[in-house]
Amino acid sequence: MITERRLEELRQNAVPMQPERGYYGLPLLKEPVWTWEIPAYFFVGGAAGAAAMVGAAAQIAGADRDLIRHARWIAGAGAALSAPLLIADLGRPERFLNMLRVFKLKSPMSVGAWTLTAFGTFASAALFAQEIQKRTDLPVRVIGDAAAMLSAATGLVMATYTGVLIGATAIPVWSKHVSVLPVHFGTSALASAVALLEFAGHRENALNILGFAAAAVETYLGYKMDVEPTITTRAGQLFSGPLPLLLRIARFRKAAAASSLLGSLMTRLAWIEAGKVSSRDLRVPLALDGRHASGVGKTIGE
Amino acid sequence: MALTGFFTDSTLCIGCKACEVACKEWNEVPDDGFRWSGLSYDNTLGLGHSTWRHVKFVENQPAIGSGGNAPDLMAWQFSSDVCKHCENAGCLEACPTGSIIRTEFGGVYVQPDICNGCGYCVVACPFGVIDRRPDDGRAFKCTFCYDRQKAGLEPACAKACPTGSILFGDLEELERAADRRIAQLHAAGMNDATIYNPKESSVGGTHAFFLVRGDPRSYNLPPEPVLPTMLLKPGWNAVAFAAGAMAIGSLLAFALSTKPSPAASRHPLPKGEGSRNRGGPKGRVRGS
Repeated sequence: MITERRLEELRQNAVPMQPERGYYGLPLLKEPVWTWEIPAYFFVGGAAGAAAMVGAAAQIAGADRDLIRHARWIAGAGAALSAPLLIADLGRPERFLNMLRVFKLKSPMSVGAWTLTAFGTFASAALFAQEIQKRTDLPVRVIGDAAAMLSAATGLVMATYTGVLIGATAIPVWSKHVSVLPVHFGTSALASAVALLEFAGHRENALNILGFAAAAVETYLGYKMDVEPTITTRAGQLFSGPLPLLLRIARFRKAAAASSLLGSLMTRLAWIEAGKVSSRDLRVPLALDGRHASGVGKTIGE
Repeated sequence: MALTGFFTDSTLCIGCKACEVACKEWNEVPDDGFRWSGLSYDNTLGLGHSTWRHVKFVENQPAIGSGGNAPDLMAWQFSSDVCKHCENAGCLEACPTGSIIRTEFGGVYVQPDICNGCGYCVVACPFGVIDRRPDDGRAFKCTFCYDRQKAGLEPACAKACPTGSILFGDLEELERAADRRIAQLHAAGMNDATIYNPKESSVGGTHAFFLVRGDPRSYNLPPEPVLPTMLLKPGWNAVAFAAGAMAIGSLLAFALSTKPSPAASRHPLPKGEGSRNRGGPKGRVRGS
């Protein structure tokens, strides 16, 4: 829906029609309808998925049991929080189970819904088995470990698929970055998982290495990606890239962790916001950069 | 069942908006505001959740010698827009519930009893047609009057069109009619008349196509619409790359910095990892 303010702008800028201005400069694409729940889900689901992966890697390498335990808690709690966030954003929340009515490889939303279902199942099974094992003598260790490995595999998809979800759309700024977004979301999800484990009191060197690597990759991607420089995008880039990198160099691990968490959330909010702005941009849909000029005005049967 | 289509000829449109009204009445579509836009006679402004036919009023400077208008006067084109019912439909492929289907008539139809309002079709449409209705929560667009077609009737807009600007019928027959019409217009000197049906693009053509005068971009018709599904391959490749790098990186990080026994962690770490390990030696040592 066009706002009254936007209409006033259009009236004031009205000039005779030119193809370069489209139809009175009105947006060609529809604005994404998603509100804060979706970027919040990207953040929580990503961190949970990456935490499951970090926990499994720690387990394979024989790292501290407490770290593995905490990673399972983060994964399980994150999965439990993800579902309500995703359901809250639906126009008809009571119909959320329709998501599991079909499985469509062509629809990243469908793949994501099934991934979250699988991830939630495995992550909570791993957590449940671990807590059972702690309190009883029941032989659930193998089940728990198997579930943890499966939650790590699905967690990797959880942390990255959201890049395809928004990348494979008609929104110019998203589709332009379709092959960068999964890496960006995955990396910042890893940084968030590391940060949460560091806040849980773990000082393992491996976590610092991962935090360092993630901040370095984020710094590079922030430099590479071409987004409208708004306050949110700039802040998201700063808090997930250069700032934690510097803080880790200066050995302020907790501060770096806090910065990564904040940056990871902000960059997701910024990407959804950027998509809304970009949906009003006529340059790509009307091919005003001249790349597709040949296709204009072709007639049938000529 | 034969495929059906819409052929909307803007050279015959008089801008009466009977199609908009007929569509609203037949489909019981709610109003979406009563406002003066100030943009020619167009107060509807665009297709949306509650506008499935939309008449555009395009004020164009015609090319000299294109016929029909004096060169010093604005040309006033009217064109009734509608969901394109793409051959490869972005909304249909994106829909995670299977609510959006292809009907036996070749139209793209949203099943209102299935849609859960996830909003993914909204960003998957390269023509900006489908939208979520805020007070209802579900996504809506032109149904191609599936109910009327089932009963052997033509869609309400085509039925109401008083000038034959909106033609409904067999898809292939309509495409031939469009070819004949454009040849006729060109013969009459209206050389700026073109058919808009992006068959060369990834959308693969549309079941609702248009004859417009001048540049289709003046009608907000994208010259080369991109089917979002085309972007899945680079996207999933990036997922595979990112997932692989994260898994291998994490395994390496833990394998290189985890010592077999807690006591060993008191020794200096190998060069490369140890340098940043402020917490290592005094870090918490837990039983494992």
